[in-house]
Amino acid sequence: MKILGLIIVVLVGAVLEYATIDFPPLGDPASPASTHVSPRYIEKSIEETAVPNVVTSVLADYRGFDTMFETTVIFSAGVACFLLLRVPPSRRPQRASERQYRHRLTGLTFRIKGGAEVSLPLHEFERVDSIWTPYDFIIEKVCRYLIPFIQLFGLYVIAHGHHSPGGGFQGGVILGASIILLSVSHNLRIALKRMGERTSALFSPVGVFIYAGTGALCLILGYNFLDYQALAALLPGGPIMARSHGIFIVEVGVGMAVMGTMVWIFKNLASLGRYDEGL
Amino acid sequence: MMIWQLDLLILMLVVICGIGALMIRDLLGAAILFGAYSFMMCLLWAIMGAVDVAFTEASVGAGVSTVFFIAAVYHTTRRTKD
Repeated sequence: MKILGLIIVVLVGAVLEYATIDFPPLGDPASPASTHVSPRYIEKSIEETAVPNVVTSVLADYRGFDTMFETTVIFSAGVACFLLLRVPPSRRPQRASERQYRHRLTGLTFRIKGGAEVSLPLHEFERVDSIWTPYDFIIEKVCRYLIPFIQLFGLYVIAHGHHSPGGGFQGGVILGASIILLSVSHNLRIALKRMGERTSALFSPVGVFIYAGTGALCLILGYNFLDYQALAALLPGGPIMARSHGIFIVEVGVGMAVMGTMVWIFKNLASLGRYDEGL
Repeated sequence: MMIWQLDLLILMLVVICGIGALMIRDLLGAAILFGAYSFMMCLLWAIMGAVDVAFTEASVGAGVSTVFFIAAVYHTTRRTKD
């Protein structure tokens, strides 16, 4: 069976390799991809949308529909992970209600079973995971000082997507990764305190809603769906700048949806849907 | 613009990382090799001038999806429970 699979893989690879002979070389000006619609984007995108980065204007303006449903796909991925993994609090196994506290000064660990409520002096005790390794001083401190800068960079990537590579998708991933880094370098509960389950789960539909809502607003104002020229009635700067601003609003929506979904998926995956301890 | 030696080196590393991720028995190692594969793909995109795609590949492929894989591997056991 293994040999049969190998033969099929090699054959399919050879056919694909043979098919690529017909491809035009990279950057060929006479290739079909760069003769019909690409010159129009490259020549007219600054005039029409005032966005120097053509990729951003194509993604969020000319091909806005595609990006809207890409955002919806990301949202659906988050919902799928949620539905598959999330365990409701009433159905969590008894083992999960076992909590461990570590006395900071002596290093002794206490285990409290059956979800019993015990009043501990919390400045002396800290909650630890069942597989607990002592925090590494360097990792903890470096991550703590790095995370604000990572988040600032994420915001920059979202806001500067008009002029440089980047945009809502990449910036959202970076913002989500900063929360994930907090969870990996400390523990899941600290990350949950910063961005709870409800917040991350709300961010993704709200982001999709901002995107679709911008499109619907254009429809209400009498233009086509996602035709940002319509926003000139609400924003300063005329119809061309309105397209640029419209792209920005949409990018913020994409960023929110992606950030929320990344953190949401990670929490469900790392804690097996129990939201008590994990990576 | 393209330096073919660099191109060849990165392409070879892509193939090595891809085959390595399939062949290795350790799941954590496979996840890390897949991250390395994504990073090499990111370099290839950057060489071909697709900077936005390279950025996405670096943040999603090499960054977040590796963490997702590791979070999933973290919950596996050496022996199957079934």
